[in-house]
Amino acid sequence: MKRTIVITLVLTLVLSLANIDIVKASTTKFTLWTFIQQHARFYEVMTEKWNALNPDRQIALEATVLPYDDMHNKLQIAVQSGVGAPDICDVEVSRFPNMLMGQPQLAALNEAFEPYVDNIVESRLGIYSKDGKFYGAPTHVGATVAFYYTDILEDAGVDYRTIKTWDDFAEAGRKLKAVHPDKFMGVAETSAAWTVTALLAQQGSDLVSPDDQPQINTPEMLRAVTLMQDFVKEGIMTTCPDGQPDTEGGKGFVNQGNAACIIMPLWFMSRFVDEIPDMKGKIAIAPVPVFEEGMPRSLGLGGTGTVVTLTASDPELAAEWLAFAKLSEEGNRMIWEDLGFDPCNTALWTDTEMTHNPDNRYIQYFLSNPFDVLNEVKDEIMLVRSSSISPTINNYLTTTMLNELFEDMLDPAEVIEEAQSMIESQIF
Amino acid sequence: MAKIRSVLYDQKVAPYVFVLPFILTFLIFFVYPLITTIKMSFQDVLPGMITPVGLKNYQKLLGDKIFRTAVSNSLLYTVWTLALLIPIPLVLACMINSRSMVGKEFFKAILFLPALVSVVVAGTIFRLMFGEVEGSLMNTVRGFFGLGPIKWLKVRETGFAAMVLMALWRWTGVNILYFLSGLNNIPPELYECSEIDGANVWQQFRYISVPLVKPTIIYVLTISIYAGLAMFTESYMLWAGNNSPKNIGLTIVGYLYRQGWEQNRMGYASAVGLVLLMVAMAINLVQLRLTGVLGGGEK
Repeated sequence: MKRTIVITLVLTLVLSLANIDIVKASTTKFTLWTFIQQHARFYEVMTEKWNALNPDRQIALEATVLPYDDMHNKLQIAVQSGVGAPDICDVEVSRFPNMLMGQPQLAALNEAFEPYVDNIVESRLGIYSKDGKFYGAPTHVGATVAFYYTDILEDAGVDYRTIKTWDDFAEAGRKLKAVHPDKFMGVAETSAAWTVTALLAQQGSDLVSPDDQPQINTPEMLRAVTLMQDFVKEGIMTTCPDGQPDTEGGKGFVNQGNAACIIMPLWFMSRFVDEIPDMKGKIAIAPVPVFEEGMPRSLGLGGTGTVVTLTASDPELAAEWLAFAKLSEEGNRMIWEDLGFDPCNTALWTDTEMTHNPDNRYIQYFLSNPFDVLNEVKDEIMLVRSSSISPTINNYLTTTMLNELFEDMLDPAEVIEEAQSMIESQIF
Repeated sequence: MAKIRSVLYDQKVAPYVFVLPFILTFLIFFVYPLITTIKMSFQDVLPGMITPVGLKNYQKLLGDKIFRTAVSNSLLYTVWTLALLIPIPLVLACMINSRSMVGKEFFKAILFLPALVSVVVAGTIFRLMFGEVEGSLMNTVRGFFGLGPIKWLKVRETGFAAMVLMALWRWTGVNILYFLSGLNNIPPELYECSEIDGANVWQQFRYISVPLVKPTIIYVLTISIYAGLAMFTESYMLWAGNNSPKNIGLTIVGYLYRQGWEQNRMGYASAVGLVLLMVAMAINLVQLRLTGVLGGGEK
């Protein structure tokens, strides 16, 4: 009896060792960290596709999903110390500047991206690059749009298609108030700066100047926040629980139908479909209103850049796989169909078979087709500059400045002056 | 073998062998990181680039208004927790300890229960309780009194109160246990004698219970000061992240986290950490001296 057990054990051991060797011979193992469950699934599907196309360069991907803060902190310390980093990792756009500080410990991806760059929205590669080197593969464009809740607008006799400028928006808001005094036309975010950034981009301004300095106390900023504060005073806009739509409280607020319009990047579609089910068939997508017609009506916001670390077991292969997964036409198709994000590969935007596929759950959810809007604003999608001071600026805006403006109703001119000096004092 | 045996049985060596695990953990997980932190606080630490910057981090810290907010928040929180978390548990412990108390074990268990709840769960529950929507628990309570809903966690006073209340809810039970163990050591004869001498309950509390549980009070005071100054998770969970509106819940550790992790300034964050260490040490040393633990002061 004992003998049989021993023999079985030894045999198992030998066989399992042999098995490992077989795998080793033709397969490269990569570890990948992400903070979003759906991304992990996406990467696994793309690995299967890669393996089918590259029988001699098989990849075994081990994707681990970690909480947002946890993952970024672990990655930062691993990259800093040179020990323990994964081969490939998702990095959220607001944490990306941290990865580019000093001498980036990431592999430059230019060579691997070469075959695809022509079809990719250039600005999305730009936010994840430094000194002409690409360090991150973008996931989506994040083109900012207006999501209208048409039911309550129809009650007020407003057609969302006629809203072109902020004056139209205000007018619609007043009509809405007359019918639904407890509803609001829009949301003034206090824990995110989506609308403020969009209002700056319309005027050709940005939070960061071309020479990487904060520019908060500008006439453009004053115009933007004064408009929003006036809207809040008049009851056209309101602040929402947790400070912005992309939070637990915010999604609840939207799901209850309290806002006739939210200004969010297109990736918010996936939040609607997955987490705001009650609004199915009631939400239309349109370009963001502007101050004056002719101003650019969109800008890319949010995002995740996927990086290959310098300590990766085979950085070249990892980069090639990454380019295939996120930049190829096939990858971009999956990004739309599976994740519901506006793909960076613009060639796909006109592929009606994909963009108007009636079986697609994102297409089914919304009243208007997101790609119609994307194609309409295609040449107006502005770039938001991201630099090493961006985390400091965003932090001050979303903790202090926007709360002072839209909760405490302090004087906009004074608030932005104070913000400028506070942010300057925080920069090294 | 015999040699090892003789070493282990040696009266002089053996004690060191026994404390070795502690010494090692202390050296590896406390002294080494402390030295590294001191070193890093004089550096600019970036991936692949470490540059010495002298006193720059400390100079910056002196003029940093947000750091000042963090320090004052931490100190205020500590003062509030001390003011509430020592007297209330002490009185409750005396009540539970009283001979005429019915259902002692039941109250002990009930009051201790919150300490077993993970801070993540507690923070989330408090966040929902203090939500700004009309249907949140606290706003419903306001509704009973005919008052309108308020944004609890966006206003300094109410946000801070929520944080202190959460600490009170979580730690009362733990402090009661400390005080109960102190009270149990008081010989019952003392109470009997005082009763014969005609002392009332208040006099018993004032002249027997409090002086005799003083060592426990000092212990609780010491750990509460440290816990108050090092608070981070409660605030992080209450506001679902490190960034509360207008920094009303920002603590020193929260600021360290923000600078070190969120903005990748490890050198600066090290300086923040060292300032926290110095503040905590200074307060604790003064307090221990005043209470007579380190000699001096009243005995």
